Amino acid sequence: MIRIRNLWKRYGAVDVLKGLNLDADRDEILVILGRSGVGKSVLLRHIIGIEKPDRGSIEVEGVKITELKKNEIYHAVKNMGMLFQGSALFDSMNIEENTAFYLKQHGDAKTGKALSPAEISQKVKHALAMVGLEGTEKKMPSDLSGGMRKRAGLARLIVYRPSILLYDEPTTGLDPITAQQINELIVQTQKELKGTSIVVTHDINSALFIADRLALHQDGQILYVGEPKTFLKIDDPTIRFLKETYKIKESHR
Amino acid sequence: MLTVVKKQSARILEMIGDYVSMVFDVIGAAMKQPPSWGLVREQLYFIGVMSLSVVAITGFTTGFVLAAQSFYQLGEKGLSGVTGVLVAKAMITELGPILTAFMVTGRVGSSMCAELGSMKVTEQIDALKSMAINPHAYLVAPRFIAGVFMIPLLTLFSTLMGIFGGYLIAVYLFNLSPASYFDPMHLHITLFDVATGCIKAFIFGILLVTVCCYKGMKTSGGAAGVGRATTQSVVTSYILILVSDFFLTLALNMIHQELKYDWMKGV
Repeated sequence: MIRIRNLWKRYGAVDVLKGLNLDADRDEILVILGRSGVGKSVLLRHIIGIEKPDRGSIEVEGVKITELKKNEIYHAVKNMGMLFQGSALFDSMNIEENTAFYLKQHGDAKTGKALSPAEISQKVKHALAMVGLEGTEKKMPSDLSGGMRKRAGLARLIVYRPSILLYDEPTTGLDPITAQQINELIVQTQKELKGTSIVVTHDINSALFIADRLALHQDGQILYVGEPKTFLKIDDPTIRFLKETYKIKESHR
Repeated sequence: MLTVVKKQSARILEMIGDYVSMVFDVIGAAMKQPPSWGLVREQLYFIGVMSLSVVAITGFTTGFVLAAQSFYQLGEKGLSGVTGVLVAKAMITELGPILTAFMVTGRVGSSMCAELGSMKVTEQIDALKSMAINPHAYLVAPRFIAGVFMIPLLTLFSTLMGIFGGYLIAVYLFNLSPASYFDPMHLHITLFDVATGCIKAFIFGILLVTVCCYKGMKTSGGAAGVGRATTQSVVTSYILILVSDFFLTLALNMIHQELKYDWMKGV
């Protein structure tokens, strides 16, 4: 469960987040929709402790991330994970090493128990099979296509089964078929892990496919939150524009 | 004008504060949980073994030049006998540490900065943070430990190569006897000279590794940003090495004088 209250962040002279409030519940996929550059990714980076806000608080499963010291944050985010827009695979490691990285460093995410090489190998195989990347273990990230890199990034995330999953523009730059594969993987992962997932995107089709709830991020704040059906009925110029552009009907879902 | 100066001063002070905070974080992280031997070994190899040839050539050729210059400048005044001492003293106290630090900055520091910088702009460093890994502990600490350990050793190696290079020129080109090259060293090269070289190499090692890693970790602006950061890391390291060399020379000699004076008073 994530609670964000009155979050402010300024870069230079621009306020990117202006008193943002948001709640995300356990066992739901919350999709944050918004135009490029409104600060959606910045919000995710705050939730996982990469950025510190100027004001406001973020509570993740009872822990106030925003009040922790730098070294305490690393401990607090052990049960969280993020899929980055560009996948952010470690380019000095092959896919197997990338996927096994967390497990080698921390062991089991829940218990902290160190895992044997055989256990790690089995978990890596399972994660790669889940994203359909069997046989790519020894390939380097540079040998993979954009879609495959996204899936490898997803495997690296789901291998340690975090309870908070953050996805930054998971389908951006992908062809419709690969984008749909990623959407299905996000839903499948959610069904399996039953955690709290927050997906940031500007792709309304993807959002409608995966979301339990939708939020509209605009002008540094969350303007509306609701289930897809009610969300589409909201009388807002951005939502109207999205519906008209993508020819989406209110009965879409 | 005043506003610009104020802004720039604030920016520089902020950068220094940020840099110092990173150095403390790296040392703290390394002491709390030392990085894995595999990561350190990789860096020891990269910084130490891979730099051997560059450092050897630098030391060797500097020894050649020093011996030749000493012989030509001092020989006609009948002082060719000090060639060996001059080469050794210059290599041990100044040229060994400085030139090694310069070569390692160019070969290793720039590469460290570019590697970390490209990791930063492709969000790999953020990915580490998202997986509860302190990037200072995982990426910088192994480089720091390896640098602090290897750069003094490389300096020693370069210094020995310089003295050997000087020997080859003095003995085989200018026909000095090996004894006249080496014997005066026993009298004139002191433990203080060796300590000076080691301390300088140690400080230069810390400076170049931390500056290059800091610049890498702070890279922004894509591929162009990586290029900019790499250039800045090398230039800043060179300047800091030269400036700190001056102050270290002053400080170490003052301490030496003080100790000598105390010792004489004791006698």
